Amino acid sequence: MKEQLIQRYSAAERINHWIVAVCFILLAISGLAFFYPAFFWLTGVFGTPQLARIIHPFVGVIMFVAFARQFFRYWHHNLINSEDIRWMKSVKTVLSGHEVGDTGKYNGGQKGMFWLMCVCMAVMLVSGFIAWRPYFAGYFPIPVIRLALLAHAWAATGLIAGIIVHVYAAFWVKGTIRAMVEGVVTHAWAKKHHPRWYRDMTGKQK
Amino acid sequence: MALQSLDITRRSASPTASPQARKTIEIAKLIDVSTCIGCKACQVACSEWNDIREEVGHNIGVYDNPTDLSADAWTVMRFAEEESNGKLEWLIRKDGCMHCADPGCLKACPSPGAIIQYSNGIVDFHQENCIGCGYCISGCPFNVPRISKKDNKAYKCTMCSDRVSVGQEPACVKTCPTGAIQFGSKEDMKDVAATRVADLKTRGYANAGLYDPQGVGGTHVMYVLHHADKPEQYSGLPKDPAISTTVQLWKGWLKPLATIGIAAAGLFGFFHYITVGPNRPDDDDEHAAANPAAKQEDKA
Repeated sequence: MKEQLIQRYSAAERINHWIVAVCFILLAISGLAFFYPAFFWLTGVFGTPQLARIIHPFVGVIMFVAFARQFFRYWHHNLINSEDIRWMKSVKTVLSGHEVGDTGKYNGGQKGMFWLMCVCMAVMLVSGFIAWRPYFAGYFPIPVIRLALLAHAWAATGLIAGIIVHVYAAFWVKGTIRAMVEGVVTHAWAKKHHPRWYRDMTGKQK
Repeated sequence: MALQSLDITRRSASPTASPQARKTIEIAKLIDVSTCIGCKACQVACSEWNDIREEVGHNIGVYDNPTDLSADAWTVMRFAEEESNGKLEWLIRKDGCMHCADPGCLKACPSPGAIIQYSNGIVDFHQENCIGCGYCISGCPFNVPRISKKDNKAYKCTMCSDRVSVGQEPACVKTCPTGAIQFGSKEDMKDVAATRVADLKTRGYANAGLYDPQGVGGTHVMYVLHHADKPEQYSGLPKDPAISTTVQLWKGWLKPLATIGIAAAGLFGFFHYITVGPNRPDDDDEHAAANPAAKQEDKA
């Protein structure tokens, strides 16, 4: 039987996602290098430590702009409803491989991740500009820069931990990575993980 | 000087210990504010010895010139007019790096070996390792480091570490015409300060004292102040300087927490996968009964 597929992400959406992903990797590598002395060698990825420091904020701006595009694509799919609360409360069941609730395009976990990413990205953008030398830091008092550096590191920790969960979830739920690579998912995948979205897409009623 | 590799106490962003086999004598520069005449010879000597020239600026109505520290002005005289006991006092302070025993710049610096603390107490920047992030500026409780507009690297007073390493005093000390700046072992400088403070007290400065703030572990540039109870009067010399709590939270507390958080996310994924295993669409038969929505769909 021929595989039945549903389009989940268009080519434009996939390109958008992978721009953010590549920027994130570059930022995490350089950011962790600046944060942990033991990882300072990771700045070598950029050629020299000085280059890593210069490039980091520019990549950050690219990531923010690309993420902002994603925000406007997806925010309305990520409004949290009662089904999502149910999902979040039953997260243990979900983690054992059993779906909970009549999930639409995104489940409670994905929506929570979306908003965590939004908050972290906003904090990182603002604090990053405040700490950005030589262009912007000079306009801010030192105590403000200190707070920005602290907030930047906190938000980065949240973002990195969040992305690890995001990547793992995609790896764990088989058939998911295909959605962001080829753009399609199988009917079985959609029916199991996103039943309401499956009905919306196929026009099949209960 | 990087060649003094045996005399390094601490190195920025280097978690393991520096060579500990020998210990040099702890030195200090003592600036006696009460005998300073504000001639700026120290500024000129600093500029000469280190071969740095700040651009000629404009008179802004006070004697301060240059008006602030910069990558090309590692020490500046700050002139403050203060009134106390009904009389005007002209308080002149030679500002520059304090060479803290617990340096906030070194704590904040992310680049290994860009900031070095020698066992004699000198805190030195090694610009070849500097990445221009400005974290040292955030770490410093005295607002001393400056990033150069030419090369985006941080600069500050070196305490003439090159001169000190060959047994000479810093250039500013050498040139001071009144002996207001002295140099020697920290112990000796404390003794000199005690004599000066005792003298000032007999001359009506009841609050005269030594400025060697313990919040940063003591400093290797110390001041004799006639009003040690009000250091702020001397162009904002901080009363109880310490590395900012924000910087401590960032460089101290957050590191282990972030490590735990990031490691937890990674380890959770690993152990979840090897215990629960992959989540495939075709293995939800058992589960269909427990999930009404899925069950209804299966019928469809």
